[in-house]
Amino acid sequence: MDDVFKALADASRRALLDRLHARNGQTLTDLCDGLAMTRQAVTKHLAILEAANLVATVRHGREKLHYLNPVPIHQIGERWIRKFERGRLAALGELKRKLEERDE
Amino acid sequence: MSKPEFVYVTFIKTTPETLWHALTDRAFTERYWYGCSLTSDWTVGAPMRMDKGGRTVNEGVVLESDPPRKLSYSWVSVYDEEMRQEPPSRVTYLLEPSHGAVKLTVIHDGFADDSKTLPDISTGWPMVLSSLKSILETGQPLIFDSARAA
Repeated sequence: MDDVFKALADASRRALLDRLHARNGQTLTDLCDGLAMTRQAVTKHLAILEAANLVATVRHGREKLHYLNPVPIHQIGERWIRKFERGRLAALGELKRKLEERDE
Repeated sequence: MSKPEFVYVTFIKTTPETLWHALTDRAFTERYWYGCSLTSDWTVGAPMRMDKGGRTVNEGVVLESDPPRKLSYSWVSVYDEEMRQEPPSRVTYLLEPSHGAVKLTVIHDGFADDSKTLPDISTGWPMVLSSLKSILETGQPLIFDSARAA
């Protein structure tokens, strides 16, 4: 679990996870596209995310595809969120999203 | 073949044989899979079905069976009228020994365009895999949440 928190404690790595969340199964080239990071930096961040099991990779033909692996994040949630809180938390999250949308 | 939609990985402190049993045993699956039991003889071509509360929720056919390394079956969510009309998707499990644990990779692919099954199952897998890891490592599944279908 330390690896997961260390991997998440970096805005660039969270941005890479956001990109995979928006579109799963991207190549390194896809992920670098439009990012203000060098290819080497992205490679290094992906290695840290993969070591923390937050990113999973598969070979698809000649391409290496990167996937957001939400299993460790789910385990963090299960550790501190109780069964009956889940619905209320989802409602609060939705409320926050709606209200902040309106501010924009 | 289009690229996989989902790839999930979890490392479980167990043996490939125990994990294979956990993925294929009717009574054991029911304990961690939020009440779903899987039934099949797990030979290639054999039917596979997932039952919950006496009702079949998902159906498929075993496509590949190489215990305790690789298991693959087709998947149709039959509990929903629209989803049961969709062509079957495919679930593949890869079990690889890794530093005293087993790396379990679950790939779910082959969804139809605009599949209704896809968003439905995407929230289910992390829950099922977390629960599977928990039951094998601690003897306890995660808390059963009856609001979920599978």
